[in-house]
Amino acid sequence: MTVTSTPLKEQPGRAVDVASSPRRLRRSASTRRDRLVAALGLLALIGVVIDVWLGLWVTPPDQTLGNLVRLLYIHPALAWVMYIAYGIAFLSSILYLWPRTRSPRFDHLAGAAAEVGVVFTGLTLVTGSIWGRPTWGTWWTWDPLLTTTALLFVLYLGYLAVRRVPGDPATRAKRSAVAALVAFIDVPVVYFSVLWWRSLHQLPTVDDPVTGKTYVHGSMAWTLLLSFVSFSLVFLWLLIHRYRLSLLAEKESDELLAIAMAERRGEVAR
Amino acid sequence: MAPAVSFLEAVSLTGHFPVLAGLTLEVNEGEVVHLRGPNGAGKTSLLRACAGLLPIVSGEAVVLGHDLKADRVSVRREVAHLGHKTFLYDDLTVEENVRFAVRAARAPTTGIEDSLGKVELNGRLRTTAVGRLSAGQRRRTALAVVIARGARLWLLDEPHAGLDEEGREVLDRLVAAAANSGGTVLFASHELERAESIATRSIEIRGGAAIAASPARRRRSSAHEAKVNLDVA
Amino acid sequence: MWRDALLVAGKDLRVELRSRVALAEVAPFALVVLVLFGLALGPDRSVLQNVATGLFWVAALLATVLAVQRSFAIEAADDARDGLRLSGLDPAGVFAGKGLAIAAQLVVIEIVLAVVAALLFDVHLSGGLTLIAICVAATTGLVAVGTVYGAVAARARVRETLLPLLFLPVVAPVLLAAVKASKAALAGTPSHGYGWLELLGVFAVVYVAVGAVAFGPLVED
Repeated sequence: MTVTSTPLKEQPGRAVDVASSPRRLRRSASTRRDRLVAALGLLALIGVVIDVWLGLWVTPPDQTLGNLVRLLYIHPALAWVMYIAYGIAFLSSILYLWPRTRSPRFDHLAGAAAEVGVVFTGLTLVTGSIWGRPTWGTWWTWDPLLTTTALLFVLYLGYLAVRRVPGDPATRAKRSAVAALVAFIDVPVVYFSVLWWRSLHQLPTVDDPVTGKTYVHGSMAWTLLLSFVSFSLVFLWLLIHRYRLSLLAEKESDELLAIAMAERRGEVAR
Repeated sequence: MAPAVSFLEAVSLTGHFPVLAGLTLEVNEGEVVHLRGPNGAGKTSLLRACAGLLPIVSGEAVVLGHDLKADRVSVRREVAHLGHKTFLYDDLTVEENVRFAVRAARAPTTGIEDSLGKVELNGRLRTTAVGRLSAGQRRRTALAVVIARGARLWLLDEPHAGLDEEGREVLDRLVAAAANSGGTVLFASHELERAESIATRSIEIRGGAAIAASPARRRRSSAHEAKVNLDVA
Repeated sequence: MWRDALLVAGKDLRVELRSRVALAEVAPFALVVLVLFGLALGPDRSVLQNVATGLFWVAALLATVLAVQRSFAIEAADDARDGLRLSGLDPAGVFAGKGLAIAAQLVVIEIVLAVVAALLFDVHLSGGLTLIAICVAATTGLVAVGTVYGAVAARARVRETLLPLLFLPVVAPVLLAAVKASKAALAGTPSHGYGWLELLGVFAVVYVAVGAVAFGPLVED
């Protein structure tokens, strides 16, 4: 039985550094993508800046809430993005687990979405807490949405902890996908149970600023809409970059693998 | 007749390290194959792969008719793997451990008595909790599990380690008996002399691949062979 | 699959009978938690009566974490995580079997906890049938989630702190619902708790299904 060992260069399907037109084409395609993403980022930045300007200076203060209503232009958008992020993580995880659509890209996407999502969840919690403080006098109210958000935060910190457990990529991806499944299915359950939990108690009649109804009209409505759009763009931009980072990290590991394979075969020659 | 084990350029990864790096190997039924090679060469990984524990990412790997790339799970009932660790429950007795493993493999429980006898654990020790046994006795319990499961392919990783001289004799007899009744045995061992006396073939594993295979060796002498057969009868 | 499940459950329970870890270590731990809460929340009887059901269920949740860790630790003794895989058992069967064994241990612990909590916090145990239904539904849900996460957290080189972090947030709704339903039952108005009981039931069904499907791929390398 002899050793079959072909040099790396000759193995089919292995990308070899060759200065030829395909390479130039590949490079221009990726720079086009990069420019698109950069444009996206710029757009998002502009959107947020306009949102802040409108929110802080142009729109009028609310009748009941006064200047506090200006958090309306940040907090709900953050919460919206948070749910989008988790939705993406959940769908990606399912797509990964489903044999026919299994692809490592979905694992990377799920991880990226969850990480960005956790950041937005934290921000949602902070802005929600700030919003509640002047009205309630406390930094925390056991408001159903806020409490659900807090639990979501911890749920996904747990998910990220699972992703950090060492192991080979396929195992890690499967494990993370299952963890995401278990965690995300819990979200509606958590929401409804906390809602019922709160509704059983007679709350004071003051409208909870975070979930209460504030009459939104005119410039306020437009600003609110703008905030949703611009924060969504920010999220998208962050997601793309985090996803790419994930892919690059894997590419690095693949190259390390190629080196390891070569060394292993080198052992034979000894 | 299809070979019991057939690997073709099989690659298996642990993390990013290729524990099997294009391994090619063929073993027919009834053979007793000795795997030798330096530590870290891939002998343990090969045995684990045959037990369906390692994912094969490229190449071909067929064990007892099961394609390991398609389904690694169903092959496990038909093989018996004896590793460095014994996979026994410390709180259960010898007999209970064997019984559990046998029933898990859907093998007939009639073989339990016989297997305990063969490893000489059918006396007072059979109702002793495994946690109280010595390392050698634990190894013998694990061996009883291997026998009782009635597997067609035995995968033994350093089976002689942890056994005293008598235990090793018992093991050699059992290996011969298994091969004689049509089973196949793959074992890794650093004990070259003893290994070569029971093996029909020897393969060197190095760098995650199989190197030279020495031609089928006869057992040392036909007298020795006759002795082995008689002991087992 | 059921054959394998009963085999695994039987094995786990037999190990527990011999080693008595749930009885001698997990149950006392839960009792200690109750006592500590009693100390922390003050000797005022009316306060304690009010929070008794909450304390009971928190202690039960913490006991579940320990019971799950123990269940997977026996497989890992001697670093033999591959043992169950090599045995050729059906993964869904292993999930059900381990779950059944953990649930059985938990039920015993809950009974002990209930008696002690009733004593410590001066609570009168009534509404028996509803309470049993609550315990069954809640325990099923807890065990289903615990067994799945136990498999996730049972790999080598994983810290023991991972399981509580994963498990406790997910079962927060179970805690909520169980406390509310138990309170209603104890107060003599069990029907107020039926909505919560339904929630417990739904949770249990959903997570048993998720667990049965996910456990197999999870345990494979």
